[in-house]
Amino acid sequence: MAGKKEVDQFSGVETTGHEWDGIKELNNPLPRWWLWTMYATIIWSFGYWVVMPAWPLISDYTRGVIGYSQRAELADTMAKVGQDRAARAGSLVDASLEDIEKDPDMQGFAMAAGQAAFGDNCAPCHGSGAQGGKGYPNLSDDDWLWGGSLEDIHTTILFGIRGDHSDTRYSQMPAFLKDEILTAEQVDEVVEYVLSISGQDHDQAKTANGAQIFAENCTVCHAEDGKGDRVQGAPNLTDAVWLYGGDRASIRQTVAESRFGIMPAWTARLDPVTIKSLAVYVHSLGGGE
Amino acid sequence: MTQIPSQTSSNGRSAMAEIAAIAALAAGAVLALFLSLNAADPVMAFHAALFVAAGALGVIGVGYMWRQRASGRSSTEGYNDGVVKYGVIASLFWGIAGFVVGLYIALQLAYPLLNLDLPWTTFGRLRPLHTSAVIFAFGGNVLIATSFYVVQRTCKARLAGEIAPWFVFWGYNLFIVIAATGYLLGVTQSKEYAEPEWYADLWLTIVWVVYLLVFLGTLWKRKEPHIYVANWFYLAFIVTIAMLHIVNNLTLPVSLTGAKSYSLFAGVQSALTQWWYGHNAVGFFLTAGFLAIMYYFVPKRAERPVYSYRLSIVHFWSLIFLYIWAGPHHLHYTALPDWAQTLGMTFSVMLWMPSWGGMINGLMTLSGAWDKLRTDAVLRMLVVSVAFYGMSTFEGPMMSIKAVNALSHYTDWTIGHVHSGALGWVAFVSFGAIYCLVPWLWKKEGLYSEKLVSWHFWLSTLGIVLYITAMWVSGILQGLMWRDYNGLGFLEYSFVETVEAMHPFYLIRALGGALFVIGALIMAYNVWRTISGASAAKAAAPALAE
Repeated sequence: MAGKKEVDQFSGVETTGHEWDGIKELNNPLPRWWLWTMYATIIWSFGYWVVMPAWPLISDYTRGVIGYSQRAELADTMAKVGQDRAARAGSLVDASLEDIEKDPDMQGFAMAAGQAAFGDNCAPCHGSGAQGGKGYPNLSDDDWLWGGSLEDIHTTILFGIRGDHSDTRYSQMPAFLKDEILTAEQVDEVVEYVLSISGQDHDQAKTANGAQIFAENCTVCHAEDGKGDRVQGAPNLTDAVWLYGGDRASIRQTVAESRFGIMPAWTARLDPVTIKSLAVYVHSLGGGE
Repeated sequence: MTQIPSQTSSNGRSAMAEIAAIAALAAGAVLALFLSLNAADPVMAFHAALFVAAGALGVIGVGYMWRQRASGRSSTEGYNDGVVKYGVIASLFWGIAGFVVGLYIALQLAYPLLNLDLPWTTFGRLRPLHTSAVIFAFGGNVLIATSFYVVQRTCKARLAGEIAPWFVFWGYNLFIVIAATGYLLGVTQSKEYAEPEWYADLWLTIVWVVYLLVFLGTLWKRKEPHIYVANWFYLAFIVTIAMLHIVNNLTLPVSLTGAKSYSLFAGVQSALTQWWYGHNAVGFFLTAGFLAIMYYFVPKRAERPVYSYRLSIVHFWSLIFLYIWAGPHHLHYTALPDWAQTLGMTFSVMLWMPSWGGMINGLMTLSGAWDKLRTDAVLRMLVVSVAFYGMSTFEGPMMSIKAVNALSHYTDWTIGHVHSGALGWVAFVSFGAIYCLVPWLWKKEGLYSEKLVSWHFWLSTLGIVLYITAMWVSGILQGLMWRDYNGLGFLEYSFVETVEAMHPFYLIRALGGALFVIGALIMAYNVWRTISGASAAKAAAPALAE
């Protein structure tokens, strides 16, 4: 066991003479390439320390010969981006939405700014293609709850819907069953009527009563023909576009319990040029009026 | 004839130790009972109750040891392999549990609906469950089991203490249960890889100090003139983990009867302490510890001498010295001062060759035995683990370079890098060691099926390759999408779009993970059949050669 060096048959290298549980060690030297590569990384590190900020001192640190500072680099880069943007964004500050849309330069900038802001702020609800989802309106079609003109869109973005801004767009449909305005039977009947005006399969026997109930309870907002009213954000019930689903069960839930979708006001979160840009961008998505 | 009095006195010492252990365990159980009844929150009440149960079981366990010893049915001669066997089984159990949770959260990333809208099954709670289960539960049990096996063999000495090694094993696994149930119940310090709260940390500190004492005590008793290289690495791992664990977990509990605590560090100091801890958990837990396994099992299995004693000395000391500085590379381009980032980066680059020293020693030990790779799937697993080790210890220094890090940081590339190390290196070297250990410990001629080892090897290797290539592509794609600006200075892609782009890679990653899980299940079956199979005809007695 103790200290008997021997020569390994295969490699011809001597062992160290140690042995543990049958394990021996060869006395090979350090591989040259390994050692030189390690030296190279050490020399490179010393060089890097000379050039860059590296070692802490009592109340300072070695600054490095090129005077690099990450904070200064960041500030420079951001200042340059800011200058570039300010030059282009400046013209948008006072321009009207229509003028922005007509001027190719301003329009190009607004589209780029709008797309970036949309992705970071709007896409989580409205989808990255603005296609919407259940409870979140599709912004790329021409069916608008509160209006699809540049000005309408701009107002919606500024103040939101049913939000906490004093100028927010606001309306609320009653929960007809929950608040005991209608009986369960009446709710069923009006649902059949809504199905009928949107051209879906319905129970003919119930629609007569349903029409009566509709006229008494719903037309104030949704209008006599059921085509809605944008002033109140009341949706058109005669088309195939449904925010919360157009099947019997979904419509029944809407009538019975109501809905209360909220969009926040962006005026305090985004700067005016970004909000203008968003309006132009959303207006361009296909449904702008 | 001096045998008899020494035997009696050793019996007396054992009885004293058993009485002391029972008293300590009973006192701990009473304290825990008091805590459980007066707990400030339900989690503390539950965890203290677990401590009560563990204390009671501990008393029964030590009582059982006493009876076995008093009736002469247990021996304190030869190697203490009982605790190693338990460690092997626990490793397999926690390994599979951790891999399965990993696969589940991989699927959650592809299909967020799998969060199930329940607090206990959200990604935020299951993710630390996965990382702790694979690193600390699986990896930790492998390290404890193999270190107890290796230190005895290479010192030609029985483990120090009779109760202490069992305390280390059960105490460590109790810590894991406390940590895991805590995560599911929403208890966390919010420090990555150090999530368990203050009381779990205190408990682990006690267990870890006993672990250190058992290891040192065994080295002290050794009958070999020199300490084998594997034991240097095990010792570095145990000592450094103790230091890291204590410093990073310095917190002030809100109440001594409540689970919540607040870190003593704040802001950038907290971040730097955390990554000093986090990176050296990689360095000393997942690298030094598993290099120790490599240094014993590779030469043993290949039946070849270690390639270079000198290399093992130089790479050991350079690795230990350099690793501890490298943590700041996790905080490039943050509030961390420039100088600290520079040091983190340069020490990481200097760490490249010291890390590769272990790879060279592992691979070159095979010279003269390369032909065995054709026939021995276990050896193949060990060798491939060393190859993955080499690959990830090249990738690591490269990713620490600020220009590379600017692209790779916060992307899936990091996840891929971690898993090439975790699956390819840590898990494979552990599998190889377990495949070696099971027939040795249970006195079998060999494994139940060599063919199943081969299946395990190929399925897992394919899984790892799918995993890391998917993460490379998605990570680089993600990094490029994040930094892409258009001509007007606006980001080209929104964050949501970059998330959408990851979906196919998340599916490939989950497929790779599934293959890895299947491989581990095959291993569990193979181990179970080996243990329950016929014993070797001529079981070698575990005698200490004089």
